[in-house]
Amino acid sequence: MSQTTLGDSKPKHSTKADEMATKQRDISVAAFFEKNRHLLGFDNPRKALLTTIKEGVDNSLDACEEANILPELIVEIIELSENRFRVIMEDNGPGIVKEQVPKIFARLLYGSKFHKLAQSRGQQGIGISASVMYGHLTTGKPAKITSKIGPNHPAHYYELHIDTDKNKPIISKDEEKEWNHKDHGTRVELDLEGSYNKGKQSVDQYIKETAITNPHCTIIYTNPKAEQIIFARATDTMPEKAKEIQPHPYGIELGMLIRMIASTETRTLQSFLTTEFSRVGAGTAKEICEHAKLLPQTKPRSINREMAEKIMMGIKKTKIISPPTDCISPITEELLEKGLRKEINAEFYTAVTRPPAVYRGNPFVIEVGIAYGGDQPGDKPVSLMRYANRVPLQYSQGAGAVAKAVSATKWKSYGLQQSGSNIPTGPMTIAVHIASVWVPFTSESKEAIASYPEILKEMKLAIQECGRKLGSYVNKKKKVGFELKKRGYIEKYIPHVSQALIELLGLKDSEEESLNDHLKEILEEQRGKVEEVGKIDNPDFDEEFANIGKEDPEDEEEDLEEENERS
Amino acid sequence: MNVVDEIKKVSKMIYEKVKKEEKPTIETPIRSLSNVEYDIKEGYFKLLSKTKERTLSATTIKTFAQTLRMMALSKNLVETEDVATKREAYYVSKNWGDARFKEQPESDTVMDDVEAMLMVNREQIGFIPEEKGGDIAGDLTVIDIDSESGKELKIDCTKFGSGAYSIPSSVEHLKFETKAKFILAVETAGMFQRLVKHKYWKKSNSILISMGGVPTRACRRFIRRLSDEMKLPVYVFTDGDPYGFLNIYRTLKVGSGNAAHINKYFCVPQAKFIGVTPLDIEEYKLPTHPLKDVDVKRLKDGIKNDPFVQEHKEWQNALLKMIKMKVRAEQQAFAAHHLNFVIDTYLPDKIKNPKKWLP
Repeated sequence: MSQTTLGDSKPKHSTKADEMATKQRDISVAAFFEKNRHLLGFDNPRKALLTTIKEGVDNSLDACEEANILPELIVEIIELSENRFRVIMEDNGPGIVKEQVPKIFARLLYGSKFHKLAQSRGQQGIGISASVMYGHLTTGKPAKITSKIGPNHPAHYYELHIDTDKNKPIISKDEEKEWNHKDHGTRVELDLEGSYNKGKQSVDQYIKETAITNPHCTIIYTNPKAEQIIFARATDTMPEKAKEIQPHPYGIELGMLIRMIASTETRTLQSFLTTEFSRVGAGTAKEICEHAKLLPQTKPRSINREMAEKIMMGIKKTKIISPPTDCISPITEELLEKGLRKEINAEFYTAVTRPPAVYRGNPFVIEVGIAYGGDQPGDKPVSLMRYANRVPLQYSQGAGAVAKAVSATKWKSYGLQQSGSNIPTGPMTIAVHIASVWVPFTSESKEAIASYPEILKEMKLAIQECGRKLGSYVNKKKKVGFELKKRGYIEKYIPHVSQALIELLGLKDSEEESLNDHLKEILEEQRGKVEEVGKIDNPDFDEEFANIGKEDPEDEEEDLEEENERS
Repeated sequence: MNVVDEIKKVSKMIYEKVKKEEKPTIETPIRSLSNVEYDIKEGYFKLLSKTKERTLSATTIKTFAQTLRMMALSKNLVETEDVATKREAYYVSKNWGDARFKEQPESDTVMDDVEAMLMVNREQIGFIPEEKGGDIAGDLTVIDIDSESGKELKIDCTKFGSGAYSIPSSVEHLKFETKAKFILAVETAGMFQRLVKHKYWKKSNSILISMGGVPTRACRRFIRRLSDEMKLPVYVFTDGDPYGFLNIYRTLKVGSGNAAHINKYFCVPQAKFIGVTPLDIEEYKLPTHPLKDVDVKRLKDGIKNDPFVQEHKEWQNALLKMIKMKVRAEQQAFAAHHLNFVIDTYLPDKIKNPKKWLP
């Protein structure tokens, strides 16, 4: 028998907690995301490739629009080996000043868009740097960045990756470079582990849908099969430039308020409120102060946590008009419908742009487009196309506000089949776009839109508006179909009446035609003209274009499996 | 009347209308009890003047086309002196493409309409029925004509042993010789066989006819001619149920609503109903079956809507009695007493006692 005593061999002051303390340390954001890359949309090789391209294209388009340049993008994917790809993305944007390049591309959560409220594609400042990190992680190769800010400036060339412990760039090469064919622009070259497929969630599809919702940009795209597709711009008009707005008091949270107070340059609480927030004038500011039981002259520096909480209360009690909504730039009904026409050969199209609304102090606009009938299969659930600030969302179709709003709509009254509260069945595509200064995604990988009640409500209203138009079309089609059937019936039997009469009266066979005509006149005269409904008349449809990103049926099944596994 | 001319007249009218681009109509008498009246003097259901107009429209064009096609077929048959059974006519329609009939009842209805429209018997427009006319046994010689030689053919109905002579579908040319005293028309083949087997016709000096349900036109016409020409009374013996009273007997005696335009020739006004009456069920203590709801409905409907029943108080009472009794009995139920009770007792008693008959 051996005797054991606890703590016998250890010094008395060494507790378990002490031991654990030796292992506890800072986790860098970068290290965190390295381990949790699914949060950023790098769950599998296929998605990683798409996410990388998406982040690059989003950034390029945002930059071009901000600089008021009509975007011209080159996207190229080269297959290096079975699961390794090189991605090259080049734009004609304003370029990036030398010092900023490493931080933008090799530091997570660094960016210009996080702190400002304006409709943009990128938001958090994670995207492209996460791609750089992922690329380095899977191939060991640095990202190669070239950028040029003007004709009289040299181009800068960097090779860099992220120090994931410190969330800082490591620069392995930094030199000036000749880049004469461009006045300004940025070029990113990344190697990464990935997998290239066709289908609904493919890069091809993403590029195509981006071209649909961004008709002002040209994209020259070369896929790994060395197929080059040029998506030429359809309009030279830039979308209305998204304006930056200040946060609305209703959208603020305590932590953010405290940060804003800490960094403000204003001298009084009242001026802090009027200058840092939208829709707050002197009167409103005083009212907030009164409700918060704080003096308007209070110095921001003296405001502590308790006082900040009082301000939050004050804001809640005060009636403040909604934020300005002219900062939102919708696709517009016309362009949304046009995009659908290009992609889907249907009989009926309609689109609705809702007036702006507000969730948590953030203005947003919902747009919905519907393409019905035509080549689309009638026995499958309708297809959904989702966009957030013009960016197509290709994953997690069954999740989020769009699926919820579509399922909650009573489609039977619009002539579609629907069992319970499910996605309806029928030959239809529904496109839903949300434009907002801040799109609430359910996760960092930006796949699904969060179901804020205000957002759901607007989506439902837009869908219903389209649904009503669809319903009257479907009804008309049914009526006309019935009438045509009846006429078909008439025409089927007219020759029999004529032939019988010829036989009965021994008339000449040549009389049949005139008898048929007379009978037709008698029977159809008072039925009036039939309007032609249900014909596909869509000169905008481009079959070649529509087939981009389409795949074999087998692949599609895999797609579904993948989605199922996820959900 | 020349059927072909009549067909052409109707066709011509339609043709003229079509050429003027006016809606043509086909007018046919309504074929139902609501469009007949019981002429008690003449003894049959006379057609009234209610007609239905089929105007050419999107909903009627199919039947319209089929009616014209049927008329054309009929004209063709008459002109070539050919005939077609109802079933054959149905098959001919299979050549009409979209205007063909799906099932025979559809073609029968159109045929009946054409027949009624032209106010002729269907044999006159070239159509003959499928079914046999009925079976005969007893003291009767039917004189037919041999189709090959054209000579008279004498058929002795006593010489069919346990079998019987079948009434042909057309009976107009037949002649008769008999010394029988009456005609007994029975509903079922089963009862007929028992009577034949025991030579009831010999014992009673009669002619036995098996109707096999509602008598065919040929059967009705045969009985009518035989009765008229040989001056023989006609006794009818059916099951004691609504079908026996209102379908079999009523149709034999006064005709039907469905083909009222020919009732004049296809009725036997002199027929009398000897049984099974509701009173028989009681008096002979016959085994019974309960009436079904449809039976009761049929009885009530007869009292309310059948012009024949409305004219005869006795029939109304009989039907009401059956409704009260809530039972029916079959003619073979007499076998409950003993197998030949019907021959030994019931029929002789009944035929002797006209007070127990129904008109």
